[in-house]
Amino acid sequence: MSGILLFALAFWLAAWALNVVLARHPSRAVRLVVPVLFGAAVLMLWEGVTRGLGVPPVILPPPSAIWAALISSGPMLWADFVQTFLRAALTGYVLGCGAAFLCAIAIDRSPFLQRGLLPLGNLAAALPIVGLAPIMVMWFGFDWQSKAAVVVAMTFFPMLVNTVEGLRAADRIQHDLMRTYAASWWQTLVKLRLPAAAPFIFNALKICSTLALIGAIVAEFFGTPTVGMGFRISTEVGRLALDTVWAEIAVAALAGSAFYGVVSLIEKAATFWHPSQRG
Amino acid sequence: MKCVVPVLTVLVVFVALWYAFAVVLNAPWARDRAERAGTELSFTALVADTWAQEKPLLPAPHQIAAEVWHTTAEMRITSKRSLVWHAWVTLSATFAGFAMGAALGILLAVGIVHSRVMDLSVMPWIIASQTVPILAVAPMIIVVLYNIGVQGLVAKAAISAYLSFFPVVVGMVKGLRSPDRMQLDQLHTWSASRTQVFGKLRLPASMPYLFTSLKVAVAIALVGAIIGELPTGAQGGFGSRMLSGSYYGQTLIIWSALVGAAVCAGALVGLIGLVQRLVLKRMGMAT
Repeated sequence: MSGILLFALAFWLAAWALNVVLARHPSRAVRLVVPVLFGAAVLMLWEGVTRGLGVPPVILPPPSAIWAALISSGPMLWADFVQTFLRAALTGYVLGCGAAFLCAIAIDRSPFLQRGLLPLGNLAAALPIVGLAPIMVMWFGFDWQSKAAVVVAMTFFPMLVNTVEGLRAADRIQHDLMRTYAASWWQTLVKLRLPAAAPFIFNALKICSTLALIGAIVAEFFGTPTVGMGFRISTEVGRLALDTVWAEIAVAALAGSAFYGVVSLIEKAATFWHPSQRG
Repeated sequence: MKCVVPVLTVLVVFVALWYAFAVVLNAPWARDRAERAGTELSFTALVADTWAQEKPLLPAPHQIAAEVWHTTAEMRITSKRSLVWHAWVTLSATFAGFAMGAALGILLAVGIVHSRVMDLSVMPWIIASQTVPILAVAPMIIVVLYNIGVQGLVAKAAISAYLSFFPVVVGMVKGLRSPDRMQLDQLHTWSASRTQVFGKLRLPASMPYLFTSLKVAVAIALVGAIIGELPTGAQGGFGSRMLSGSYYGQTLIIWSALVGAAVCAGALVGLIGLVQRLVLKRMGMAT
């Protein structure tokens, strides 16, 4: 069985050597090929080590077994995905970010509130808000509503702090220009300050997209109906079916990256004028 | 200083709202009990009852404060019911994991800055891994490490390390790259070696970035340690307090664990901020 291990090691060395050569000729294609090659080499090494050294599957299943689990338990994974991602994480994300955005615009009119809320918001962003999960489960029941509530609590403060920060981003001179146009507060808000705040807002939306999925999954460790990614991970770990767990993690990783990617694409379309997007 | 009055005002409003919500949320239970006892509750009696229940849906702040005081100051620290003991269990895992994660992150960042291959091949994966809900992996890490024979503190610390390592890598790479072309050229004209450029320019320049990411890392290391205590039903720590509180419906225990965790998070971030200020001042970089 050590043949596959040797092959994997050889594949790793060849991929690394090829990457060293490629890295000397920077271009767009190289930027894409090098990480893909590295990822493939890691997967190959993983497969080779687990099969070649006979690592028991309760510690680390080989990627091929994970792929098999991913294919064979597709409907179950889809049900978990709908429950955790579409119902809990997305609902909570929209509600939390929306509420924080409206809140930020409301307190924007009062410098007093801004000075009072910003330090507290910054503090709250560092707190372990995930810990609210057992309380939310107690308040809103076992179903996805309690998970969405945890997500709302987790996404609210990063979004609030960033939006308030962003609304201050417009220059004095730009404000003066709006004033010479006799623009009202609303016109200034819609035509100058919200666009100027967009990079900050999208930054917060990206941070919150990761937080939303984490919150939804962790809240399920505290009690759920018998469906959901967090539920599946904790029960399958208990049954030592690690290939299913890894398949679930792969789904979560894909969902998280896709969510982040979609937000980034929207950002690119909405803030095409910003220096960081023009590069 | 001009922030003190607004912050205090917001805090007072927050606490007042909390008391109001405690009345609203706990009132049904109080009315229910009064009905079964066959008595009619006056408004003041109702309010008093909602602020003093044994298992309230939302405990009033003074109840939480009393519970925290009772479990910290009025108990021996070594007692298993003492919040200080639980805090120590969680914090020791946090410290161990944070130290491992930060060290690993700094080493990897140094490698990424000095090797173009590593930069091109590893960096995209590190950035992509930020979008993955890593906390979901925690129960599996605990069980896998248990199968290898590692458990308790080290397993929890591994989760903390895993979580805190990403922000450090990203921040440190940014910091080590922060010296601009001119400064690098200057060192080049002095024919400085790579080690000298690293020790005299890159490392000092990266300090502000390092400390900013260390603050994020220590906060998330604490979360990691707490989550790490959930799946195995650990004997101690904030996470096991929360879990047992949620099993038995003891909301006061959950809330006091939450307050404890929040205080610890604030203290850790504050501690790093203090070190940051001292170091940057000593280096002449304080703003």
